[in-house]
Amino acid sequence: MENNVLIEMRNIRKTFPGVVALDNAQLTLHRGEIHALMGENGAGKSTIIKCLTGVYERDAGEVYMDGVEGNIWNHSTMDAQNIGIATVYQEVNLCPNLSVAENLFIGRAPTGRFGAVDWKTMNRKAQKIMDDLDIQVDVTRNLENYSIAIQQMVAIARAVDMDCRVLILDEPTSSLDDKEVEKLFRLMRQLRDKGVGILFVTHFLEQVYEVCDRITVMRNGQFVGDYTVAELPRVKLVAAMLGKDFDDLAAIKQEGTGKEKGEVLVECKNMSHKGTIKPFDFVIRKGEVVGLTGLLGSGRSEMVRCIYGADRSQTGTETMGGKEVHIRQPLDAIKLGMGYLPDDRKAEGCIADLSVKENIMLALQARQGIFHRVSEAKQNEIADRYIKELSIKTPSRETPISQLSGGNQQKVILARWLATDPEFLILDEPTRGIDIGTKTEIQKKVIELAGKGMSVVFISSELEEMLRTCSRLYVMRDGANVGQITDENGPITQEEVMSAIAGGDSHEK
Amino acid sequence: MKQTAVKKDGSRRTFNGNNMLLAITILLFVVMYTTGCIVYRDKGFPHLQTFLNLFITNAGLICVACGMTCVMLTGGIDISVGSLIAMDCMLLAFGMGIKGIPCIPMVLLVLAIGIVFGAVQGYLIGYLEIQPFIVTMAGLFFGRGMTAVICTDQISITQDMNQLFYSWANAKITLPAFLGYTNKKGKVIAPFIRPTVLIALAVVVVIFLVLKYTKFGRALYAVGGNPVSAAMMGLNVKKIKMQAYILSSFLCSIGAICYCLNTMSGSVQQARGFEIDAIASSVIGGTLLTGGVGNVIGSLFGCLINGTITQLVTTNGKLLSSWANIATAALLMAFIILQSIFAMVKNRNR
Repeated sequence: MENNVLIEMRNIRKTFPGVVALDNAQLTLHRGEIHALMGENGAGKSTIIKCLTGVYERDAGEVYMDGVEGNIWNHSTMDAQNIGIATVYQEVNLCPNLSVAENLFIGRAPTGRFGAVDWKTMNRKAQKIMDDLDIQVDVTRNLENYSIAIQQMVAIARAVDMDCRVLILDEPTSSLDDKEVEKLFRLMRQLRDKGVGILFVTHFLEQVYEVCDRITVMRNGQFVGDYTVAELPRVKLVAAMLGKDFDDLAAIKQEGTGKEKGEVLVECKNMSHKGTIKPFDFVIRKGEVVGLTGLLGSGRSEMVRCIYGADRSQTGTETMGGKEVHIRQPLDAIKLGMGYLPDDRKAEGCIADLSVKENIMLALQARQGIFHRVSEAKQNEIADRYIKELSIKTPSRETPISQLSGGNQQKVILARWLATDPEFLILDEPTRGIDIGTKTEIQKKVIELAGKGMSVVFISSELEEMLRTCSRLYVMRDGANVGQITDENGPITQEEVMSAIAGGDSHEK
Repeated sequence: MKQTAVKKDGSRRTFNGNNMLLAITILLFVVMYTTGCIVYRDKGFPHLQTFLNLFITNAGLICVACGMTCVMLTGGIDISVGSLIAMDCMLLAFGMGIKGIPCIPMVLLVLAIGIVFGAVQGYLIGYLEIQPFIVTMAGLFFGRGMTAVICTDQISITQDMNQLFYSWANAKITLPAFLGYTNKKGKVIAPFIRPTVLIALAVVVVIFLVLKYTKFGRALYAVGGNPVSAAMMGLNVKKIKMQAYILSSFLCSIGAICYCLNTMSGSVQQARGFEIDAIASSVIGGTLLTGGVGNVIGSLFGCLINGTITQLVTTNGKLLSSWANIATAALLMAFIILQSIFAMVKNRNR
């Protein structure tokens, strides 16, 4: 083994019933580097990490670590922690009801006389750790009082204080804003300079180039290559991940949406929901893709929840196809031919224990009512059709959705709404946390659907994506609909949108 | 730490709903009791002895509620405690009363049974990951059934049966006379407590210290807060859960001894619904059913509130005793609603 190598994984193989998740995968991590692990959803990034941290047991392959004798088999995350491998997940794995200090020290709290927990020492030590890492918190307060970013840093601080030599960050940035990401990166660089090897999993290409030294690319459970950042420009990285020449994303043109506008499908006048969204007007025509843009928390989701009836509007009117409608609950909306794909797919979207088929059938069955059961054969047919049409990667239609990767779960939920054949579909962050390949597929699908006459509301935090798919954008700011931008006078530009979001007066009504 | 409005990290100071709940519980108790003192001032309510009687009557409940709180902190529940009390009391009465076994071995036996009972339940819940409600429901049926198997009659423990146990039950710990009152005949009656009160208070203090200052205690909070995280942070979640149920059943057995010293009898119908009182006391005391939040001081006041309601209804004399249940129901609702309001406020503040 090379001198500077910290971890070496070779010929890793891992199978699940019906799926080969890892086949001949490999990974090399050096001391004092930030190493990006890239790949599409289902490429096996999570699986190889879990094989390293002992969440899964690999079927075959070798793992070596500097300073540890022989081939390592971790049977639990504790085993991994004991040899200095710590993991911080996207969902923070700490206890929100305990203080920051306790979260740092639980399981290894300093004790004083009679073995009692020594709160003073613990708080003092904790404060010192946080101060050293330049994270400003009051360690005596409960963790739940702090933002996700701080919580994540507490998790990292805990790992660091436990003398970890390998730090695995599994998509830590997906719920952070730019400032928080910057803080996290500063911390990561500090740790790198102390000789920690950091394995960084992310979907954001920009972040890779900002903070990483090396990149390992995986595809379909296999190792593609190990590169330095300098030798792998962005386009090549994407090509390596997708395994084909980069089908330039910008090439998707707004085919269906450019043509003549159809008649008005849904129109909202002066609707609002107390405390979340100020009165707004909204119009969508048949075959139109309309985007809602604005910063996180500007009221994008709240507005569509109001339109869809997930939150009840206290004022105004809503018409659909020219007739006034009263939507009191989502079921009313479903019956009218609306579909809503919520932004938090874990909490609001998929039902983890149900199979792919059952998840696809949910909305259709709800619309039909429980007394008009869709026959088994019909269900199978529908499920199979959408699995094929959206190329959902699943061993079978009977597989529980929880066993699918994030992107594929998202596709299942999309299929759920497509199965009801809606006239009006609301997609709230349909592409968050999923890889470029799937993103492109979903965007293409949206445009295709619009071409067939469906009206789609598309919400995304990525401006680029919105510009590609939408022909008209509503701009949201601080819970209010502050204006709209159309492509009537030529394509919408990023600058235009950003100045509108920021409050440039040119687009105010 | 100084309580400044804006912390140095700039985070907003959020409404600490949990301390608030405890404060409300204590305040409620004070208000209820003071009201009682004013309304029933001529019925002896204001006497210190009436207050002490609350502890004497509810010593068993206090012990059981402490155990319940520990279990609920992990996010679990233990509905077997009422039956376990009945079984323990019956065993004490049968052993000492009918079989003539001395007092000390019987007490030790009862405590040992508590540990074994809890270990079985805890193993099923912790290691086999069965729903606590189901497991302890099985415990509930087993305990009640076993009580009847031991003996179907009501057995009273009299002085002839066991001198020592009888003397424990009737021991008075007299407090200084100036705390007492003078009765109509001009005789000063000094207030007293029973040994069971000391046992119950000791349990509260010990469990309070355990929860605050031991690794096991903190682990209970961690497991209730997020079991997955707790496991990732190196806690043995299964073992901790099992220990929580052992503790609950053990404290329940201590409670059973207090209960038996109070009633001096064993019967199949004894302590029916006791588990509900214990859960209600914990909830009123600010313990969340979802786990991770709560402490025994709250539960102690929960028990006292429970006792005060009964006391108020009995002192009134005209009200049907079932009104106590209705009052408890109203209180429980109020507290659960308060808890969710605080949770909502907390979420909004974030």
